[in-house]
Formats: sequence, structure tokens, C-alpha cells
Amino acid sequence: MRMPDPDCDVLSRRGEIIAALRRIVPGEGVIAEEEELRAYECDGLTAYRQLPMIVVLPETTQQVSDILKYCHGSGVKIVPRGAGTSLSGGALPLEDGITLGLGKFNRILDIDYDNRCVTAQPGVTNLAITHAVEADGFYYAPDPSSQIACSIGGNVAENSGGVHCLKYGLTANNLLGIEMVLMDGEIVRLGGKHLDSGSYDLLGVVTGSEGLLGVITEVTVRMLRKPATARALLIGFPSSESAGECVARIIGAGIIPGGMEMMDKPAIHAAEAFVNAGYPLDAEALLIVELDGPEVEVDELIGRVEAIARENHADSVRISMSEEERDNFWAGRKAAFPAVGRISPDYYCMDGTIPRHRLSEVLTRMNDLSGQYDLRVANVFHAGDGNLHPLILYDANKPGELEKAEAFGSDILKLCVEVGGVLTGEHGVGVEKRDLMGEMFNEIDLNQQQRVKCAFDPTQQLNPGKVFPTLHRCAELGRVHIHSGQTRFPDLPRF
Amino acid sequence: MPEQFDPETTEDVRAVVADALASKTPLEIAGAGSKRDIGRPLDLNYVLSTARLSGVSLYEPDELVLRAGPGTPMKQIRLQLDQHGQMLAFEPPDYGPLLGGGADEGTIGGIIAGNLAGPRRIKAGAARDHFLGVEAVSGRGEVFKSGGRVVKNVTGYDLCKLMAGSWGTLGVMTDITVKVLPAPEKTRTVLVSCADAATAIGAMTRALSSPHDVSAAAWMPAPAATRSGVSYVAAAHTALAAMRIEGIGSSVDARCAVLRDELAEFGEIEELHTHNSLTFWSEIRDVRLLGGETAAGDDAIWRISVPPAAAPALLERLQAGLQIDAFFDWGGGLIWARVTGMADAGSYVIRRAMASIGGHALLVRARRDQRSIEPVFHPETAGVERLTRNIKDAFDPGKILNPGRMYDGI
Repeated sequence: MRMPDPDCDVLSRRGEIIAALRRIVPGEGVIAEEEELRAYECDGLTAYRQLPMIVVLPETTQQVSDILKYCHGSGVKIVPRGAGTSLSGGALPLEDGITLGLGKFNRILDIDYDNRCVTAQPGVTNLAITHAVEADGFYYAPDPSSQIACSIGGNVAENSGGVHCLKYGLTANNLLGIEMVLMDGEIVRLGGKHLDSGSYDLLGVVTGSEGLLGVITEVTVRMLRKPATARALLIGFPSSESAGECVARIIGAGIIPGGMEMMDKPAIHAAEAFVNAGYPLDAEALLIVELDGPEVEVDELIGRVEAIARENHADSVRISMSEEERDNFWAGRKAAFPAVGRISPDYYCMDGTIPRHRLSEVLTRMNDLSGQYDLRVANVFHAGDGNLHPLILYDANKPGELEKAEAFGSDILKLCVEVGGVLTGEHGVGVEKRDLMGEMFNEIDLNQQQRVKCAFDPTQQLNPGKVFPTLHRCAELGRVHIHSGQTRFPDLPRF
Repeated sequence: MPEQFDPETTEDVRAVVADALASKTPLEIAGAGSKRDIGRPLDLNYVLSTARLSGVSLYEPDELVLRAGPGTPMKQIRLQLDQHGQMLAFEPPDYGPLLGGGADEGTIGGIIAGNLAGPRRIKAGAARDHFLGVEAVSGRGEVFKSGGRVVKNVTGYDLCKLMAGSWGTLGVMTDITVKVLPAPEKTRTVLVSCADAATAIGAMTRALSSPHDVSAAAWMPAPAATRSGVSYVAAAHTALAAMRIEGIGSSVDARCAVLRDELAEFGEIEELHTHNSLTFWSEIRDVRLLGGETAAGDDAIWRISVPPAAAPALLERLQAGLQIDAFFDWGGGLIWARVTGMADAGSYVIRRAMASIGGHALLVRARRDQRSIEPVFHPETAGVERLTRNIKDAFDPGKILNPGRMYDGI
């Protein structure tokens, strides 16, 4: 993966930059020793590694502002980092860049029950927000599978999802406001405790911008009341077609489950061997459907979903009768990634989204590719919203196998786009899918996105090398090209 | 009369905008024109209408997705969704009559461009939250796209968020893809008599913090309630808080029963069944309870978004300085206010009262001369204003798309 060429001038000023940062962040907050920098050399996408030039761990918004102002003035690049759980290399360091870690921003600042929102510093974990309010019956809805470790600031940067997206939305739909520092050090607030924007929805476009527009220093999210009850069905199918048809019929019947997850046979077997959840090993596809809400409603919908499943050739249907049993249904799905990790030395997790009705076609073609590349693949699928996570099994110690896994992964994502889907549903573009952006967007589309980048960061010092396959200078992008055909406005002077 | 262009294809739109850019000719972008009077007056010689970019090109009920041209009438989309028991969950409002025009004339493009939403905003989100994909022509005369047709998508910047609520100042949308959802089987409303705003906020907060999945919460002072076409509401002759419960029948009945008990301490309880509920919430959604229905005269209409708990104190301050008729939607998070007899439409008092609270106020309806002088959209802080200008430049550097509709030069 090619990153922007390091700036030798910046590298030669490393000592001076360290001294300047130490004036802003006193004590242990500036890391310059190689062995300590090692901890920051990659994020959740471990295939790509790079030692950062320096790591800085500020504790206040003012320090963040001072750091950015200094870097802006002296031409130093910044890579923001939350908990470092990105699966797309969003926090991959730059050789000539400062990794700015928000780990010390770890306090919940305000729990406001009257306005039903929580304000937290960006380094607070996703799950800690739920923990802070759950004694009072509330929770924070988006629940990425890394929720125990991932930070809320990182969730905003990546627009993180989870298994409950179809019913409760992604981060963007649950975010009310942020405080953010721009590359020139200016501190701005977008949103607050109210709904929507009075002007352009800057908060909306910053969500999911992967750390390229600003450094988030405070986050306000909506909290929701916990549903009164939740129950799940565990349904085995003889084919992925019948499982897919069942999903379509559930939604077609007007039912939006809290969660609806599908696993294919390899994933079922890996999970069962790992946690003994009681999954049907003869099933070609397994569906977990969770219904949450008022008790009467859940009971009735469980019955409706069961009927739909039986009409769609389900081989087995189990319904959770207790919280313990429901947790057990989920245990295998939640452990699917580590379970696959047990049957293969390494695995590579993909993240495309497809229109659901193309599922069986995509699975068939993925099987063909699996044969072609001679690499196994297991699939877990957020079936409700079409977000597919193929796990490609490989062995990094075998020469050339990582490259083969990457090529297989690229082919899968291209296939997702070809059937009307997208490259990434929730993991982000980062460095991983940067060079595939051209599969989905043409140059005009990408240039328009980059102009948004330029509106926030005209010197392009924030997280360069991520998201966009080609870096254009902002001045070049800003140029207006006139392609006029004929004169529709005859009464007006032309250029 | 301005000259109007009625392009039928994306390529036609691109050609008109490119020509306008070349000749530095600003264009007013309009759909059906039903919300044309929201914003600063434009007075341009040319209008680009999206009315002929009309029609639903894709609707897959099982995939919860619909794609349409921006000029597609909301009426048509609603009819198609109705046939499959589905809806646009953000409850698109119709401000036509409020603005002195006809009812139900708006287009999907107008709803998205204004990022509008009705009472279900608090549960389901606004237009922005259901806007999955867009194709548009920027002020640079280029066709760009963003997003897609799937719900879960983080590929590249979400330019849909910028297009929603930009009131035609960043691009001319030519194709719109939205998420649709199943419509509820049954709807009921629990009414609680609440004489003052603070009690009402207490009742609404209780309801919205309950596990009963309340999908809307509003409060009308007595004058607003009296204007309702629902006899229960009008005949109450008192201020009322209203909580909406939707879903499958058995669940709605059960939740209503519990909610009634839980809210009894706030005031007397009444209940509206499906038909009356639908009428009542459409009155809230379309702002039909404020009185002064005609656009004539000095009445100004404001749409004020604030933290819900701040609503009673804000209303009190506005009442102290203005002659005002108001009601709350969004559990207090949205205040609709009609201000009478102020040369500045009430702008000074409202903006000042909001300074310490946060949020934004849109002057939805006012005389043309007032809209030229008073800020219609909420003033921004210096840092955010700079970003707003940069974004405008990024999409429309020649300032040819609805220039000045939102702010001077934007």
C-alpha cells in the first residue's frame, strides 16, 4: 500500500518538533522512543504497519488546538487515533506524521436525562456510554462488535454500525453534536442537544469522514430507553436461498427486527466448535432473528416470524424462552471472528454491502472465487441491512498467501459494487479500500468529495493517504472549468 | 416574469447549469415551488425547474428502498407506498397552506432540500436520516453521485447529508434514493390536560423516557387546541399534551393502557383512536393549529429547534417580549411560533433568547421585506460560518445556484 512520500525536511526537524510538542503537552504525553512508538504502529488492520514519527497524547481541547496550530504552521501531518480498533487502517501512522491519540480524553462529561443525551470525551468506549446509563434503564444503540474497546470518537469518525442498525440506525442517526478542532487550531461546535442543523449539515458530513476533516474532542449522543423485552429465534435452512427469501418475507410483512444475522455453513461449524451454542450443523444457513420492544408485541411477532420461517422451508426453529437462552443463540455469532481465527492461522475480514435479494448469487460467485484462489471463506451477514462480512482464511507465513487473500478480497468487493452494493458498510475505506474507490466513483465524484476535504483542511495535513486514491492539491480542485455549449442566456455578457 | 427551464434529463440540467456558469447567470432552483417563499428573496431572471425530472424509477418494498426524480410529487410517492403498507418514516410535512399556497403540491426534492420532518422525527430521524443516495449537478456544471441504494454504507463522504437541508444552494438533485419503512398497523394518542408548558414537558419527558416506544409528543396551549378539527381536542378547552403510540394492534392497546396510568398524575387523560389520531398528527405535522392561516398581514412563523428541556423557559421569555401563539412538537424540541405585529418579525427577541440555549430558529414565513432584512436562517458562529462558505465554494464557486437564499452569498 503506497502512502504519500515522507517529507525529508520534516523528518530532519524531528528533534525540534518533539521539543515544541513537549512545550504544549508536558510530562509523559509526548512519545518519541522507538519501543514505545511500536504500540502505535498499526490499528485493527494488522497487515499494514508503520512506525509514527512521534505520538502525542493531549489531555485538553486547548492542547489539541495548540498542537494542530503548531503543525499547521510548520507543515507537519497529523493522524488522529482513538482506540486503534479500525479494521480499514484509518489510524495507520505516517513515517513523517504525528499520531495524535485521544486515549486520555476518557471522561463522561454530562448525563442529561431531561434531554435524553450523554456528552462524553472522544476516548470513552462505546460500551462505557451504555454502562453509564443502564442502571436507569437507558442505552446507546449503535453496537459495533468491538464496542468493549472502540472509542466513541472513533465511532463518529467511522460512522460505526453494529447488529442493530436496521432498526436503530448507525452512529450518524444517533449523534447530536460534537466539538472539533480544525487543522489550523480553530475549535468549532457542530450541533448540540437539539435536533438537525440550522444550516448545512456539517455534523452529518463529518460523521464517517475517517479523521480527515478535524479532530473530535467532545461527542453528544442520544440515549434510548432499553426495550422492555427481547427474544430471539434460531432458524436453520437447507440453503442460503431459502434463508434469504425468509429475510425478505419478514421485512415484506412489515416487521423490522432489532437484529437479523445470517451465517453460512463454514461459519456455523467454526462457531459451534468454539462455543457449543447448539447450532444445527446440518444447516446450510442459519438465521438469528431478534425481536425487541414491548412484551405483547415481541410475543406476537415471534409467532409471525416463526410462521414465515416454516413457509420458507426452515429445517429447524428454536425460540428463546429465557435471557440465558437468547444469549446462548448470540454466543456463536458474537464469537464468529475468533472462532474462525481458531480454524485458520489468519483471516481477513471484508465488509461489503449488497442489495439483499442478490445474496445467493453473491455467495455462489464467492464460492467460485474461493476455488479459484484456493482459499476458504466463511460468511457472516447482517442480513437485515445487506452488510456482508466474508472472512477469508489464509496463512501469512506462507509466501504470497496474504497477497492472494487481498486479491480475493478485492474481487469480493468489486462483486458487491457490481450487483448494486458498496465497498464498505461499516468498517470504512481507510487505506485498505482506498485504491478500490474507483470501482464505485468516477473522478468527478471523488473530486467533489475531496473539495469537501479542502473546505475543512485546505493544506491536507490531516490523515493524508486515507480514503482517496489520488491526492489532488486543493488549489487545483478549486479551479473552475467552463464547459459551456450554447448560449441559453443571450441577454447576458459571456466571458 | 422570470424565464423557466424545464429539463427532462440529467444531461439537460448539466447543460443549463454549465451555460449559467459560463455566463455568470444565477438560477433559482425550484421543484413545484411550494416552499419558494422560505428563505431570503431571490429576484432572479431564470428559474430551473426540476418538475419534469419526475417519476419513481425503482421501488422494492422488500428491500425498503425507493428511487425517484426530484420533481416526483409527494402525493404520488405516498400513493405507491400506501399500496404496500409502507411510508417515509420521517413523516414529510406539507407547509403549502401555511405558506399561503395549496395543499399537497410538494415534491420529494423539496422535502429533501429542506431536510424537513414531522412529529416522528424524535423516533425515526429527519429526511437526512433516510436519504441513501443522490445524483446531482453541482454549480460547477458537473454530474456527481454519492451514497447508494443500501442502508449501511460508509464508502466515501456522505454528500447526501450536505444536500439535505441545503435548499438548492449546493447542487441540483437529479435522482434521489430513500429508505422506506413499514407503516404502523394501528395508531392511538394519549391526551393529557397540562395547563402550563413545564407540566407538559414533565409529562412528555416521562413518556419519551418510558419503554413504550412513543413515536410523537406534542403540546398545545388552549388556543391551538381549540383550532383542531378533532372534536375531542377542540372541545377540551384546555392545553393538552399528546403522546402517539403506533404499531401492531395488541401492542398499541397494551402500551396505551400503561401509559395512561403512568401519566395520570400530570392531568386528566383522554385517548384518540386511529382516525382521530391521524387527523390530529397531520395538523401538528403541517402546522395547522397556529391560527392566522393566511400569509397576508404581519404574522411571522418561526420553527425553532432547541434542547427539549429548555422549551418552557424559552417560551416564557418569548411571551414576555412578543405577542405570540405557539405549540411544541418533538417532545419540546421543536417550537412553532406565530409572532404578530413586529416590524422585525420578532427576530431580535427570538435570536437573543436563544443565544444561551443553543439550537436554531428558521423564519419560515414572513413578509418579503422582512425576509430581505432579517436573517431567515440562524446566524452561525464565526468558525462554522467559515466552513459554510468553504462548502458553498466547493460546490458552487460561481454562486449561481439559489445564491443568497440562506445567507448573503450562500
